[in-house]
Amino acid sequence: MERLHFSFEGGTRRAGKGPRIVGVVASGNLEVLIEPRPEVSACTIDVNTAAVGFGTTWEAVLRDFFERHPLSHVQISINDAGATPAIVALRLDQAVEALE
Amino acid sequence: MHSYYEKSARARIDAVVDAASFREILPPQARMLSPHLQALDLPVAFDDGVITGAATLEGLPILIAAQEGGFMGGAVGEVHGAKLVGLLQRAVHGQLAGVVLLLESGGVRLQEANAGLIAVSEVIRAILASRAAGVPVVGAIGGQYGCFGGMGIAAACCTAIVMSEEGRLGLSGPEVIETARGVEEFDSRDRARVWRTVGGKHRYLLGDAAALVDDSVDAFRNAIARAIRAGDRLDLDALEREQELLDARLQRFGQCTDGEDIWRLLGWPEPDRVPLLTATEFVAQARERRVR
Repeated sequence: MERLHFSFEGGTRRAGKGPRIVGVVASGNLEVLIEPRPEVSACTIDVNTAAVGFGTTWEAVLRDFFERHPLSHVQISINDAGATPAIVALRLDQAVEALE
Repeated sequence: MHSYYEKSARARIDAVVDAASFREILPPQARMLSPHLQALDLPVAFDDGVITGAATLEGLPILIAAQEGGFMGGAVGEVHGAKLVGLLQRAVHGQLAGVVLLLESGGVRLQEANAGLIAVSEVIRAILASRAAGVPVVGAIGGQYGCFGGMGIAAACCTAIVMSEEGRLGLSGPEVIETARGVEEFDSRDRARVWRTVGGKHRYLLGDAAALVDDSVDAFRNAIARAIRAGDRLDLDALEREQELLDARLQRFGQCTDGEDIWRLLGWPEPDRVPLLTATEFVAQARERRVR
């Protein structure tokens, strides 16, 4: 397993409701837990992934996500069992949708 | 019609209980992770593959748990098992109509062998304690992974089991039998044979399942509510009656080598057509023929 931590500053959309969880830790899939965190302004993302050595890919996918959804005051936690970047992006979008 | 089979454990709870009535116990944000999987450097799930909580179902106050087959085949580890046990133990104290278990499990999680085995035995004890206190425990089986191993035993200890044709219930799963006894004993890739042996229709005909329903969340909800309303009576008489039924079943079908042989003995003129019937057609014809 590999643990990765990301923090994105300057988000303009404050996460209100939650927590919400989407997805399942099944082969090629992941779960995304999204929680409002009023005390910290950043969008922080913790990844726990079975696929070791893909840190730069994660960073690219998560940066893309933050550009689509510039969230603030939110903690996102991911348990991943080898999902492809496209699946990760869709799950993240689904998590944001679940907050609304 | 919304498929029960296709839904995740979490989505099944939402679809089966009354809208917005579910209150989760130990939700994902509690991060009650398996210490064993972490020590083994394996993927974990925030809910350890089982969702537990309280809700109402057709207005009935219930406790409910759902196992997620997608996470390690719904296998029971220490935390997963403890969540089930805690839920069932709570049943004895509350003003409840019943406990609902949406089962989907290959049995004990091998990575947590001893802790998982103990957890399953505690689940069984807690099911029986709930029933002894007059709170029925209703199991539902209709997912991709079926219900096997220790959870197959736990299911058999429930007040009633609701199954769809797609559901499977057994002790050793087909792959396990094939591995241990050889492909001549059981070809696990022979899907039709698997369903004739452990599938929902066969379990209903043998009397193991109390209800056989379509693969729809509405059908599951109705059958679960009916089973809860029927109540429970777990006493010596009931157990002795059950034992007599099982003895008679073994006498009558012990020599059969295929589900079809049993269906023929139960009076189906064309047993090979049983898998083709819709749930409604099947139940209409099965009611008079099934064991019970």
